[in-house]
Amino acid sequence: PPTPSSIPSKLTINFVLPYQSEISNKEVCALRPSPADLSESRLEFWQMGVLPGHVATIAELKPGLLSVHEGSEVTKYFVSSGFAFVHANSITDIVAVEAVPVDHIDPSLVQKGLADFTQKLNSATTDFEKAEAQIGIDVHSALNAALSG
Amino acid sequence: MASTAAAVPFWRAAGMTYITYSNICASLVRGCLKEPYRSDAGAREKVHFAVSKWANGKPEKSSIRSDSHSE
Repeated sequence: PPTPSSIPSKLTINFVLPYQSEISNKEVCALRPSPADLSESRLEFWQMGVLPGHVATIAELKPGLLSVHEGSEVTKYFVSSGFAFVHANSITDIVAVEAVPVDHIDPSLVQKGLADFTQKLNSATTDFEKAEAQIGIDVHSALNAALSG
Repeated sequence: MASTAAAVPFWRAAGMTYITYSNICASLVRGCLKEPYRSDAGAREKVHFAVSKWANGKPEKSSIRSDSHSE
């Protein structure tokens, strides 16, 4: 997409899931997704903010919070994983397999899941099982952080 | 000397593809939802597909499968 001559005042976002279009063409002020930093020294709680005029970016989202800021209103979603594409004209597309509003999450299930997977990691034998258990821990810790954040 | 190996996420090093990783994450998140959202999400996990083996340019047989995500 072409870069406009001046920075638009609002960010236009499209947020889609496989089964529904969560947000389409909404104009918002800012966006804060949790990108995945693919380097070895990954920071756990790295947050990225997207404002109008942000440099064009492709970001892989790791399980975490996506907060959409519209004026003073903030809507928070927990994204299981996905991608965010920021285009030069400040249109941002976010695709996710699963995203839920944070208040749809049950805290007791999160705690239980975290404990379960921590135990699975200890008892895992193959690399694949260890990876699955690690994913479980990552996702549940992110859910936990999202609930308390 | 710079390392020639690109950094790989732990799941890829263990032989998992991104799509497998992404689907596991999604079903874990669905598993932590409150009712009624959880049962709504459960319906999304069902997969319905038909598999057919091909031989000599023609499909031989077709088996229809309907799996729900095994966990």
